[in-house]
Amino acid sequence: MLEGPDSSGRTTQIASLTEHLEAEGHAVLNTGLKRSELISEGIIEAKRNLGIGKRTLSLFYAADFADQLENKIIPALHSGYVVLADRYTFTLMARDTVRGMSRKWCHELYGFAVVPDLVFYLDVTPEELVHRVFQIRSSLDYYESGMDMGLSEEMYESFILYQRMIATEFRRMQTRYGLVRVDAERPVAEIQRDLSTRIDGYLSQNDK
Amino acid sequence: MRSGRAVGESGRLIAVEGIDGSGKSTQLHLLEQWLRHSRLRVFKTEWNSSDVVRKITSKGKKKGNLTPTTFSLLHATDFADRYERNIAPLLHAGYWVLADRYVYTAFARDTVRGCHPSWVRSLYSFASQPDIAFYFRVPVDVAVDRILSGRPKLKFYEAGMDLNLSNDIYESYRIFQGRIIERYESMVGSDNLVVIDGAKSIEEQQRVVRERVSKLLPRDVARVMLEVAAREV
Repeated sequence: MLEGPDSSGRTTQIASLTEHLEAEGHAVLNTGLKRSELISEGIIEAKRNLGIGKRTLSLFYAADFADQLENKIIPALHSGYVVLADRYTFTLMARDTVRGMSRKWCHELYGFAVVPDLVFYLDVTPEELVHRVFQIRSSLDYYESGMDMGLSEEMYESFILYQRMIATEFRRMQTRYGLVRVDAERPVAEIQRDLSTRIDGYLSQNDK
Repeated sequence: MRSGRAVGESGRLIAVEGIDGSGKSTQLHLLEQWLRHSRLRVFKTEWNSSDVVRKITSKGKKKGNLTPTTFSLLHATDFADRYERNIAPLLHAGYWVLADRYVYTAFARDTVRGCHPSWVRSLYSFASQPDIAFYFRVPVDVAVDRILSGRPKLKFYEAGMDLNLSNDIYESYRIFQGRIIERYESMVGSDNLVVIDGAKSIEEQQRVVRERVSKLLPRDVARVMLEVAAREV
């Protein structure tokens, strides 16, 4: 599992990891948030409709996740695949907690989720994240900036504040759930080597 | 469901539960009329009525590969939308909110589908407890016959066909509803459901309903409302 904010480099890393693992003969499945065919459109539309509540959006994501888990991830695991998830429950829990939903509720909500074997959190400072976003796009995403939370009227400021809150949540979850923190401010190739080594190590240890 | 009510929710929440064909919707409608007639501010909400969620749910239902967990979560999403946008704000505004089905429907249906009971309950822990939750008790055959005579085409999930209870959709529906009744019955004591005998006449049932609801009103107001209603009958 790869967790981390938008633009932390997850997509890049997942792509190269997939290549690497397949080269080694493993069957790989890629999954991600909002990719359930069923629900993703609904979420996109719901987000556009700013009247949607936090609890509602949270449950929507959970339903999307459940759909993917049960229709894709679990069957793949049973067939011996390596599943690389671009974000898992931790991002969702962090987003919800930061928005005021109790940790207990979030934890119980995702009680049905399979416990991942390995979870990497790509850590990038909020300031650095902003630079990366602006390299690809011309604007910050409304939700990823926490603009729905009224932290600031100014989007940059809101983004920094919000991402700091998310990072704090992840640090807390790190201890609780055993997430592996990866310094994602290093060069891409270096991070790639780091991740592949760790994953290879794990796979060979566990004889998959 | 949280026990009691959130701070600031000065309105009243009344829920009706029961399997399809138990007569609960009729009774809720009559209750609504009575309250409106007495110039109270009333709002009615129904299960699975969120526009936002409906499109997704119906698409998924058509494909037929919704697992119990996903199904449960979609219903919870629909409920959360109605709760955040309608129910909670209206309760805060002092309205009488009448719910045709409430969290108990999820507790019953989702657990029949195999979801873990305490998981389902934890999903709905943000919802306020109703002032009164009525459960309309009818024998399964009575309710099922009412539904099947009026509307013969049953839908896949509605009939519980995903549970492999029977190859025949009507038989499946009957068994499914029977199991839901079992769950409701098990909740009567623990969730303080007020049981209404669905075998009695509509008028008689409504009389009991109004009597219970009137206990939520100041005594003199209740007395007037009941008297007015009695005179009009």
